[in-house]
Amino acid sequence: MTRLYRRRDVLATAAGGALLPLVPAQATPDTMAAAIKEVVGTAPLKPGKVKLDLPPLAENGNAVSVSVTVDNPMTEANHVRSIHLFAESNPLPNVVHVTLGPRAGRAFFATRMRLSTSQKVIAIAKLSDGTCWTDSAQIVVTLAACIEDL
Amino acid sequence: MARPLINVPAKAKKGEVVDIKILISHPMESGQRRDNSGQPIARDIINLLVCTYNDTEVFRAELFPAIAANPFLSFCTVATETGTLKFTWTDDHGTVDTATAPIEVT
Amino acid sequence: MIRFFVVALLAFAAVATAQKKSGYEFSSRETQAMQDDDAANPGFLWVQQGETLWNRRDGAAGKSCADCHGEANNSVRGVAARYPVFAPEAGAVIDIEQRINRCRTEHQQAKPLAYESDDLLALTSFVGKQSRAMSIDVAIDARARSTFERGKTLFEQRQGQINLSCSQCHDDNWGKQLAGSPIPQAHPTGYPAYRLEWQTLGSLRRRLRNCLIGMRAEAPPYESADYVALELFLMARAKGLAIDTPSVRR
Repeated sequence: MTRLYRRRDVLATAAGGALLPLVPAQATPDTMAAAIKEVVGTAPLKPGKVKLDLPPLAENGNAVSVSVTVDNPMTEANHVRSIHLFAESNPLPNVVHVTLGPRAGRAFFATRMRLSTSQKVIAIAKLSDGTCWTDSAQIVVTLAACIEDL
Repeated sequence: MARPLINVPAKAKKGEVVDIKILISHPMESGQRRDNSGQPIARDIINLLVCTYNDTEVFRAELFPAIAANPFLSFCTVATETGTLKFTWTDDHGTVDTATAPIEVT
Repeated sequence: MIRFFVVALLAFAAVATAQKKSGYEFSSRETQAMQDDDAANPGFLWVQQGETLWNRRDGAAGKSCADCHGEANNSVRGVAARYPVFAPEAGAVIDIEQRINRCRTEHQQAKPLAYESDDLLALTSFVGKQSRAMSIDVAIDARARSTFERGKTLFEQRQGQINLSCSQCHDDNWGKQLAGSPIPQAHPTGYPAYRLEWQTLGSLRRRLRNCLIGMRAEAPPYESADYVALELFLMARAKGLAIDTPSVRR
């Protein structure tokens, strides 16, 4: 079958829907681990409390809606201090670091992020007691045909 | 676009948790792209956004190039008193912009 | 006998209408949600700016759009649903961008705004938004006929390195997948549109150029009358669909 387009990054689309994205520069597991360690320090990362809301499939990686909700009170004594997002296969692992406090009332944050390819996204919440909680989600990022030159 | 799009409820009850949304016009150039002649395009992003409520900081976000163009941020705050939410953001050139939205608390 | 044909024709038209789908229906749930929330739809950055420009005095005449037109929700409501139109003073079919620039040069005595400039996109999307949810109904009268026919020819003719016509994708194969995306029916309901691929708002002209580049055909310069012809044909073809400017599309 014919190739319908060519992208400067050499991005080939085979007929039948198979996608062969040529992945650009990627965060290595080491830089990812380092980025997470910078936030978490030596605290153990526990699954739970955090809900990362991410669609299973994005029709374009340029603006993917994402939200994080943490099931925890927001009082002076016990609150979520920060929320962090990481993307495993982006050129850089950090997406956003959010600082919250009791004045938030609810531990919620939403944004739109770039994802260079299908990958795992990780959310981490740091609580006032120093504990760190996490959730992750896998997302498939599809690529468009007939794209415009940059 | 000169102004951001800010969504803060005009009125709220004291103690109510309200949703805040802000959309800022900015290309968020990631520093990962090249132009048609193959030259890298310099990184140019908003790297920090802070929201204060009557001068008390209630929200802070450190942004990276993985935040989409025309950044959209949504978060919550407790309506404590009538006053002003002030948003301050900083880009890679060190330029600081601000915008405000009033809230009436009853 | 005549009655039979009329009934048959109406039935045919009904089927065609039932199959007619806005690009919105080919969008993912997340993209639809981004469009539906005015506080999250990035197109509203331009709509808001357009409102500012609408009320700003400009040009040697020192007039704003509002000085002549008043409140936009009264005066230009419905415009986006019936444009492009034949403008006798121009002797040609013109689109909203051209109407805005004619207003600028003739009534405001200001410089025309460049295609794809934020100011022209802002005014066009502000005007377009006033027709949100209204049904597209473009008139093809005798004066617009030749432009419509030109647009139809352009839509149906094969062109470019892969020898493809617009119609082969958007009439014959809509709903099928092209790479990771469904092929829509090419109804320009929501322009200017915020496209995730562009990471910005763009005009229908830019979208048409984008298609031509994708087809590896030559995209004429922005000023080309061929774009107006295609716009007229596409808007006539989209009759009955609702305007959803500023739309969000992949």
